[in-house]
Amino acid sequence: MTQKLVVIGAGMASGRMLEHLFESDPSAYEVTLFNAEPRGNYNRLMLSPVLSGEKTYAEIVTHDEDWYAATGVACRFGERVVEIDRDRKVVVGEKGEVPYDKLVVATGSDPFMIPLPGHDLEGVIPYRDLEDTERMMGLSAKPDAKAVVIGGGLLGLEAAAGMAARGVEVTVVHIMGHLMERQLDEAAGYLLRRALTDKGIKVMCSANSKEILGENGQVKALLLDDGTELPCDLLVMAVGIRPSVALAKSAGLAVGRGVHVDDQMVTSDPDVLALGECVEHNGAVFGLVAPLYDQAKVLAQTLLGQEAAFQPKEVATKLKVTGCDLFSAGDFAEGEGREDIVFRDPARGVYKRLVLEGERLIGAVMYGDTADGAWFHGLIKDREDVSEMRDTLIFGPAFQGGAQADPMAAVAALPADAEICGCNGVCKGRIVEAVEGGATTIEDVRAVTKASGSCGTCTGLVEQVMALSLGDDFVMPTAKPVCGCTDLTHEDVRRLIKARELKSQPAVWQELGWTTPNGCHVCRPAVNYYLLADWPLEYQDDPQSRFVNERNHANIQKDGTYSVVPRMWGGLTNSRELRAIADAADKYGVPTVKVTGGQRIDLLGVRKEDLPAMWADLNEAGLVSGHAYSKGLRTVKTCVGREHCRFGTQDSTGLGVKLEKRLWGSWTPHKVKLAVSGCPRNCAEATCKDLGIVCVDSGFEIGVGGAAGMDLKEIQPLVKVATEAEAEEWSVAFVQLYREHAKYLDRPYKWIAKVGMDWVRAALSDADERAALVARFDLSQTIYQKDPWAERAEPAQARRFQPLADLTLEAAE
Amino acid sequence: MNWIDVGALDDIPLRGARLVKTPVGCVALFRTGEDEVFAASDRCPHKGGPLSEGIVHGRAVTCPLHNWVFDLETGDAQGADEGSIPTYPLRVENGRLLLDGDAVGRRAAA
Repeated sequence: MTQKLVVIGAGMASGRMLEHLFESDPSAYEVTLFNAEPRGNYNRLMLSPVLSGEKTYAEIVTHDEDWYAATGVACRFGERVVEIDRDRKVVVGEKGEVPYDKLVVATGSDPFMIPLPGHDLEGVIPYRDLEDTERMMGLSAKPDAKAVVIGGGLLGLEAAAGMAARGVEVTVVHIMGHLMERQLDEAAGYLLRRALTDKGIKVMCSANSKEILGENGQVKALLLDDGTELPCDLLVMAVGIRPSVALAKSAGLAVGRGVHVDDQMVTSDPDVLALGECVEHNGAVFGLVAPLYDQAKVLAQTLLGQEAAFQPKEVATKLKVTGCDLFSAGDFAEGEGREDIVFRDPARGVYKRLVLEGERLIGAVMYGDTADGAWFHGLIKDREDVSEMRDTLIFGPAFQGGAQADPMAAVAALPADAEICGCNGVCKGRIVEAVEGGATTIEDVRAVTKASGSCGTCTGLVEQVMALSLGDDFVMPTAKPVCGCTDLTHEDVRRLIKARELKSQPAVWQELGWTTPNGCHVCRPAVNYYLLADWPLEYQDDPQSRFVNERNHANIQKDGTYSVVPRMWGGLTNSRELRAIADAADKYGVPTVKVTGGQRIDLLGVRKEDLPAMWADLNEAGLVSGHAYSKGLRTVKTCVGREHCRFGTQDSTGLGVKLEKRLWGSWTPHKVKLAVSGCPRNCAEATCKDLGIVCVDSGFEIGVGGAAGMDLKEIQPLVKVATEAEAEEWSVAFVQLYREHAKYLDRPYKWIAKVGMDWVRAALSDADERAALVARFDLSQTIYQKDPWAERAEPAQARRFQPLADLTLEAAE
Repeated sequence: MNWIDVGALDDIPLRGARLVKTPVGCVALFRTGEDEVFAASDRCPHKGGPLSEGIVHGRAVTCPLHNWVFDLETGDAQGADEGSIPTYPLRVENGRLLLDGDAVGRRAAA
């Protein structure tokens, strides 16, 4: 006997269910299919290719009119179901009732719309169905169209990539710290972000939406918490979906997060079944298609009176956000007893991470190369013991059971004309020739062939070729890494930051394969310096990556108090400044006042809370920070020079003041001290400074690389010039050369010992190069030559110097 | 527990710290790069360095005076150094920082 079956919802799950049903027994049921959308079943997963223009709607239809006609399904498309009357066993549609013997609820899910102010404006849409897709496609007709997508999950990124492919300017706003945080770990999320950015999509993570702004009822812009306004013609909200349960709930069915079903897909009413994104099974709800297809099969069997049970399986996601291959499976969160195997090749954009617990693989995340995804997924699902193949596991199935991979063997197998250094077009044969010609170190080879002399990424390869040619004579250089967070040296990091244009800390951590999430107290200040020195305009200095003295702009003392040193240009001061310093000393109870070796006055023992107010008072008298705490220009020490001294040959004080005014505020790898002496008697002790100038009758003798600290060094002559202007130019150029090349915490004398005084002289002797160095220095100064005291005396900044709260006061009451 | 609102999460810079004065002494509130928060004694057991002035990295802080590193979850010194700092319950609710008053010696308001 034919029974009446009503299906509410023509989605992918119910479509698949009907196929199973008709395949098994085409005459068991007379089917009526309701769908609120004015069409039948199509492949919703393929909406993104439709959006990006790779496919048309016609190509993604799964069940067309002919199919419904052949199966005899009565289609009620474009008609909403108003009510389910379970007592009378009828479904009430907008256009009339349909009785049922069995009912299938397949209402799917609703997009979640964040109730931001303005969410009901015209032009604010979810990304759920064909209508939404068409809205996005229509946007590209408008010139200079802009769209904002809220949500950096799969759906949001698909929407963004699709619109971008159609020439729309898209910004993705994501509340979490990295994209697709549920499927990807931070490193993979970073690579994805980079790939999207390369496509011209702007991605903002850790961004909170505040309000949607409109004009005449039409969306105009999205306003973020931090005040950023993102103009847009269309705003797509793709932050998640929720099971659509309103209808089932009002029918009195048991509903939790979704419609409750048992293993047979039967709801709390034995004649009502449910499947798809609207159901909840053993506490779980579903969003991926694989389990929905399993449910479809079980439900069809249940309808036909066959025994079947739904068993959720371990699900893997293989995703493709237009052009970016991603794969994730299992549980890849960090945890106790879990271990990671990571493979990372940032240059190729490949990242793989396996998570092991004991002898088993429990999770995998892959980006860029996902070919082995299915194999890893199998290992996770089958809970296979992987301890035997652990060493080569990450290389995938191709490497299992074979001999251990020997990287040297691969290099040995390369033909002589194989290119080793891409930047300089150096092949293997050329390097072998260089070695045969007597080169024994990487520096020798670099000098002869230029191999590994540019971006440096092939250094390892060049060394392997050398090792093969030299045999036991070759000693792999053991360079000292920056710290435990990386194997790279300071020199490597500096070079790669420039070569790969890394302009943020996360870019360094990810692309250079850091092993810690955000470095440590050793590497972070160094990386912060390298970034700000190389990218003064793009990179923003990070106070949290600075040692306390540079963050608080004062020197911390052993008891936690600070010392304050105002700048005295070239060692000059006057009665007004001295009075202000004396007043400050009195007002803030400074216990010790001392004259420093750099010709200025140190106020020692100031409490942190008093710093901003004290700075404001000193600013009032025209005094600014002396940077006595910084890796930057400290002082320019001078003698009185020819103005007063009977031996003085030039205006040494005046030149000192000029140099200090030019150089103050700049950050350098280590502190920098200058001095200018007015005659060879050298009262300013210029010959033991980082840069010292000794004035003579005919001009200025400039020397560099002096020191009078742990090491005592005399300056080495750099150049002799005739005019003050030239002396200033050479000094600035030298400081910039040092800023661009030295390792963090190397004073100039240490750096010069590494690169050689000849190299420094040669680099600075070129007038064009000198001018370029000066220009780069001056550019950096437009950002960094600001008095930090004045900035921090502002109330908003000053508050940071106070305790956040004081719980001792109220407790005493 | 006696949760006391001591300020907003955003009062602490990312990968930074702020100080709260309490009856048991100065307590440093840390905020990691992942937006987790921890409260611990501000005083390094080595030479009394102010830990709230240290560099916060991962879930650890480095003392600014002599580079001792402390795990913020356990309070234990890392590496070769031996010692530990007391830690206190701290949580975030609706963007506000809630510190356990009982743990820092503050009696509940009568």
